[in-house]
Amino acid sequence: MLQEESDLALIIAQIVQKLKGSNLYAQLERQAWASLQRPEIKLESLKEDIKEFFKISGWEKKLQNAVYSELSVFPLPSHPAAPPEHLKEPLVYMRKAQVLINLRNPNYENGDSHSFRTHLGLIQVPLKVKDIPELKEFFVELGLTAGQLGVDDSTQVPPELFENEHVRIGQKVLSEQDSAAAQQYIRQGSPTALRAELWALILNISSQPEDILYYEQLKTNVIQHDLLVDSLIYKDVKLTASNDDYYFVFEDYLYQVLLCFSRDTSVLGHFAYSSASPPKSYIRGKLGLEEYAVFYPPNGVIPFHGFSMYVAPLCFLYHEPSKLYQIFREMYVRFFFRLHSISSHPSGIVSLCLLFETLLQTYLPQLFYHLREIGAQPLRISFKWMVRAFSGYLATDQLLLLWDRILGYNSLEILAVLAAAVFAFRAVNLMEVTSLAAAEAVLADLSTLKVMPLLQIFLFATVT
Amino acid sequence: MSVQTIRNVFSVETGYRLSDDQIVNHFPNHYELTRKDLMVKNIKRYRKELEKEGSPLAEKDESGKYLYLDFVPITYMLPADYNLFVEEFRKSPSSTWIMKPCGKAQGKGIFLINKLSQIKKWSRDSKTSSFMTQSTKEAYVISLYINNPLLIGGRKFDLRLYVLVSTYRPLRCYMYKLGFCRFCTVKYTPSTSELDNMFVHLTNVAIQKHGEDYNHIHGGKWAVNNLRLYLESTRGREVTGKLFDEIHWVIVQSLKAVAPVMNNDKHCFECYGYDIIIDDKLKPWLIEVNASPSLTSSTANDRILKYNLINDTLNIAVPNGEIPDCKWNKSPPKEVLGNYEILYDEELAQGDGADRELRSRPGQSLGPRGGRSRDSGRTVLTTWK
Repeated sequence: MLQEESDLALIIAQIVQKLKGSNLYAQLERQAWASLQRPEIKLESLKEDIKEFFKISGWEKKLQNAVYSELSVFPLPSHPAAPPEHLKEPLVYMRKAQVLINLRNPNYENGDSHSFRTHLGLIQVPLKVKDIPELKEFFVELGLTAGQLGVDDSTQVPPELFENEHVRIGQKVLSEQDSAAAQQYIRQGSPTALRAELWALILNISSQPEDILYYEQLKTNVIQHDLLVDSLIYKDVKLTASNDDYYFVFEDYLYQVLLCFSRDTSVLGHFAYSSASPPKSYIRGKLGLEEYAVFYPPNGVIPFHGFSMYVAPLCFLYHEPSKLYQIFREMYVRFFFRLHSISSHPSGIVSLCLLFETLLQTYLPQLFYHLREIGAQPLRISFKWMVRAFSGYLATDQLLLLWDRILGYNSLEILAVLAAAVFAFRAVNLMEVTSLAAAEAVLADLSTLKVMPLLQIFLFATVT
Repeated sequence: MSVQTIRNVFSVETGYRLSDDQIVNHFPNHYELTRKDLMVKNIKRYRKELEKEGSPLAEKDESGKYLYLDFVPITYMLPADYNLFVEEFRKSPSSTWIMKPCGKAQGKGIFLINKLSQIKKWSRDSKTSSFMTQSTKEAYVISLYINNPLLIGGRKFDLRLYVLVSTYRPLRCYMYKLGFCRFCTVKYTPSTSELDNMFVHLTNVAIQKHGEDYNHIHGGKWAVNNLRLYLESTRGREVTGKLFDEIHWVIVQSLKAVAPVMNNDKHCFECYGYDIIIDDKLKPWLIEVNASPSLTSSTANDRILKYNLINDTLNIAVPNGEIPDCKWNKSPPKEVLGNYEILYDEELAQGDGADRELRSRPGQSLGPRGGRSRDSGRTVLTTWK
């Protein structure tokens, strides 16, 4: 009991610390001062009256949303004396893995395999991943008895059954402006018209004048200075999004967002809970001297091939560049960074790969074994799907339904489950292939897949 | 059959008669709809007729604009209406107008003007009597240019929609679900310095494919479903539903306008390519109707689309793959529609419109226009009569 209380106190202290420096704090202060003019605020009961005022005027809601937002992002509380590296990544060998080629726990002996089943996949690290019963519990809202957008809004189903009511609830959630409720709501999918606002609510993005100004400042930076990573971004957009049937229209927006993103130093904040570290560069002639080190690029993230595909689907939701930018930045520092950094986090790419392989090996052992035999390790095919969060592989409307659930469950595990579900769906064809190239061909085109039925079948309708 | 062949088949001189088991893919006088000048003429006539009979469809607002039938930009025939055009031009001298030759396609011969001096050539002829037959080579239409098109990603686009008509009286038409948007490769600017830059203004693929930034993988073509998703996400369901309802309305009205003059030969069906532009107020404008929409493909996706289009069209026009009989009632069963859905069926609309229950999806407009009908699942009946 005492431990929990002190943990809670620690969390509260940390969050208060974080919020004190934020814009919201300044706004609340200003509101409190302004409220003194109001007739209902009396000197005797000043504290209660102001609290009441905040509740009625919606400021308490905003504060709640901000706290909830911090909780979603913050890592678990740790010993106050723990060094910052431990916050980023608790497992020592994972930290070292940033530079290692092989990923192996030095304390773990391979001979002792009673507790850890012989693993046939590529990932040989004993991280804890969920199995199907645990996943069923985690994703309970996706079950067969609950309505889903992506399943129950097809033309064959009358809208009165689920869709109309769901839309109505969605509108109510938006009018209440409650982040936590929105996150719960979106687990069953978001109606197209409400999605943009719901995502903004869950990510706690509101377009304040300061945010727009900040974005304009970044744009000025783009015009004034060139960065080498700009060339990487141009190349990436031209190679991926510009050739994509769904996203080529938004080419300009992609440049606007990504070029600004590279120059945004506020992104460096996420390295506090990411296992990666931003690359450093030294002022000429002062190599090694810490005082002359700068982060390069300014946001610490080097874009890679396919990076622009994280932004592209968002262009369907937000046509105002500054809002698009904010949403993308928040999505990156909450979710996407985990897809390309090595960590033990359950949503990290290593765990996702392991989850995928474990699911496949446990529930489709014949398929897994067959593919392995012909030299087509399943992970080799599904890795690219998960790294891109399926962007560019699924049809956009399906992708957005998938990302709804990522936001709803605050976890990327659904990507691994979907990857396994796709293999299960095409299992019959895959059993007949005899080479890696043929397996790739069977799984080359995912654009006709319907995401939610696949997930439901795999999680809830397969006999385990 | 091409349009030239159709002309021969139906011309009085050749005396050719189609037998009962021959079906052709054009109506004899399709040009009433597909020539730019005749289309406008027929629509103007249709509007006046409705006004005369006091139909609520022909209602006008305070400034004299039709509330429900204003879907074609102000257009004049040149050189016949030259003086009328000048009058209109002088009312708003800073406006831009677009000159299009009546009988050409693929963007050939189109140019933009913003000064009277640029079309002096047609003014000389206006002094002659309008009874003189103009050679089709010189006939032009001039329309008010829509200089505020809806832009996505900063670029102008237009919609290409395929509409199949199996009979005009009673009117039975089908809309292909897989239409697409054709994007320009260059960002749009209404600036007068770029009026000559066809890459900014004309969306025809025949023009755009010569641009520097033309991409052969997608060809600048964006599925209409993407447009729908984008508009619903950014503008909301109601306005998007309203836009698409209006587009369907425009198409049906244009067909109704030419139905009385169309030779409703029972051997004929036709698949039209409708070109529609949406302005930044989300109002659709009918630009033109093509009798021979391009069935060649510029990209891989395109090839699949056109293949399916031809397949579905033939399935409706000539059911079951049997030897056709032109006397059949032209009511194909629901299963063969493929990617088509019923846009308007006059027989159904007039038959039991009163008894059928109206179940509409949110965003569909009701009132004098009703909703449009779908082929299966949720049926919403058109109540236009």
